Amino acid sequence: MERKIRVLVAKPGLDGHDRGAKVIARALRDAGMEVIYTGLRQTPEQIVTAAIQEDVDAIGLSCLSGAHNHLFPRVVELLKEHNAEDILVFGGGVIPDADIPGLKAAGIKEIFTPGTSTQDVIAFLEAHVRR
Amino acid sequence: MSPKDDLPQIRDARVNWEEGTLQKVLSRFPERKPEFKTPSGTEVKRVYTPEDVAELDYNRDLGFPGLYPFTRGVQPTMYRGRFWTMRQYAGFATAEESNERYKYLLAQGQTGLSVAFDLPTQIGYDSDHSLAAGEVGKVGVAIDSLADMEILFDGIPLDKVSTSMTINAPAAVLLAMYMGVAEKQGVPFHKLNGTIQNDILKEYVARGTYIFPPAPSMRLITNIFEFCSQHVPEWNTISISGYHIREAGSTAAQEIAFTLSNGIAYVQAAVDAGLNVDDFAPRLSFFFNSHLDFFEEIAKFRAARRLWARIMKERFGAKKDKSLMLRFHTQTGGSTLTAQQPDNNIVRVALQALAAVLGGTQSLHTNSRDEALALPTEESVRIALRTQQIIAYESGVADTIDPLAGSYYVESLTNSLEKQAEEYIAKIDELGGAVKAIENGYMQREIQDAAYEYQRAIEKQERIVVGVNRFQIDEEPPKGLLQVDPAVGELQKKKLAVLRQSRDNIAVATVLDELEQVAKGNDNLMPVILKAVKSYATLGEICDRMRRVFGEYVAQDLL
Repeated sequence: MERKIRVLVAKPGLDGHDRGAKVIARALRDAGMEVIYTGLRQTPEQIVTAAIQEDVDAIGLSCLSGAHNHLFPRVVELLKEHNAEDILVFGGGVIPDADIPGLKAAGIKEIFTPGTSTQDVIAFLEAHVRR
Repeated sequence: MSPKDDLPQIRDARVNWEEGTLQKVLSRFPERKPEFKTPSGTEVKRVYTPEDVAELDYNRDLGFPGLYPFTRGVQPTMYRGRFWTMRQYAGFATAEESNERYKYLLAQGQTGLSVAFDLPTQIGYDSDHSLAAGEVGKVGVAIDSLADMEILFDGIPLDKVSTSMTINAPAAVLLAMYMGVAEKQGVPFHKLNGTIQNDILKEYVARGTYIFPPAPSMRLITNIFEFCSQHVPEWNTISISGYHIREAGSTAAQEIAFTLSNGIAYVQAAVDAGLNVDDFAPRLSFFFNSHLDFFEEIAKFRAARRLWARIMKERFGAKKDKSLMLRFHTQTGGSTLTAQQPDNNIVRVALQALAAVLGGTQSLHTNSRDEALALPTEESVRIALRTQQIIAYESGVADTIDPLAGSYYVESLTNSLEKQAEEYIAKIDELGGAVKAIENGYMQREIQDAAYEYQRAIEKQERIVVGVNRFQIDEEPPKGLLQVDPAVGELQKKKLAVLRQSRDNIAVATVLDELEQVAKGNDNLMPVILKAVKSYATLGEICDRMRRVFGEYVAQDLL
């Protein structure tokens, strides 16, 4: 039997807007994935530790405070330091188009901006998670 | 003949119409959908008649403006006397840059200030704290000490403006800083006019900038109520907020119910601490969202006013009219803005602002078209402010009070929302009150369910979002968005380093020790916080001492 996709949905930094993160988490779960939600105010270190402990396939980062350029690449860096770069990282939030190429170059596989359908996120994970 | 005597004839006429004229058309042209509902799930009928408001008693349920139960408005003349306060929430980067934006907004005819603080400030961390990295100056202005606050209000006379500050967990500290600036300007405290949000319960539910656990947080709030009633009598000591509850995905009925339940908890806490309800209740204020459904929002504001007046009178025995009045600020719904075709947001905001005015708001923030993309530019903020000015000066809607009263639909919706909200409040009472209902995750779960349903409705095309799931176009990425200089963090750190060297550090340490002692006891914390602020102790230092005594709140995250 095919293993279920495991995803950590995380809120890095101090941002308290968690509506999007929770909607995504629930949609992924309804699509048959196993989802762990970290809650608010997680440091990149805490997120990476949780991801490794929980043996997830992907990490979804949500940030609406404008701190994404600082926080998202740090998660990828730490994954590399822990030899866990096979964990796919994607993100979402209020993220200007101009910042997206830089984030992708830093190893964030995809960025989803306001108005995204949860179906697109599900399709993305099903296509990109290696199983 | 009284209107009620007409009801049988109206019913007969309706039945004739339904079976005749209507049926003929329906059989050939079915309606757009099988059922119509407001976003809160209230069924919307084809047409409303006097039958739908048969129970309405004018004097009991509506009354006159400025009179109980205040359904028609809190002032006897409303906007015929003075327009609502036009108050744009603003703040970013450093105190210097935000000060410039405030002066610009005042020059453009804005009539009150509204300060947005960055997240480290809202959570009580100095800009040089490790958790502040990347967040300094991003969603608001960075304020570390009285020195920053002096710059923020430089050249703005505090006896001439009213200032609203979106600050919650450390509200006491920022209020003390504002008082510190007033003292330097020679403005007596009794002339200070403004609001601190100071609503910790909705932070646990929906907004996330909490620091301390509920019990000490409620003590801080009660301390502020008591202190201000004696020393800063014109200050609105709390802005009990449904805005963020709605933004997190609640329905309109939940927005009223959870907000008023939180309000009940604050009033109860203050009464339990020995305060007289009529001493502090006149300074309670509220903050609501103006969302998409035009009539439901108007009805929501009217229902909230009536329900709060009844609660204050019946549950708390408040006597003063001012204790019964629900005065509120409104912001248009941020989560209704789209990143796609952002200019369309100007129209959404205009409709939402109009609903707030027709609902009798005391002050209003209109969102800017580019806020789903970034912080707004000066040009976008100007259009948002002009939207309010067009409603005020050109549309004529402000010339008579509560113009939609008596509309069969609006009155029926008002009744229905009030009833739905009362049912939620009864449920929360059963759970042991708002604090318990938050600690066990009840409010959060209700909101999450509603948010998920809303998203599913969009994805199933049951709910159309123009430009997002219909009427899309290919667009170029928007240009000219506001960018906060990443150097702000470094700049703010340098300012802090200078401050820590130049102030009297022995005096600071002494007052911080005193603060810790007061926190351990039962005395009012405001006087010692004011003393600490004036010694240039930083926000982070003050909050750290309270963290040591009070501990920190740990959220239970349920999916």
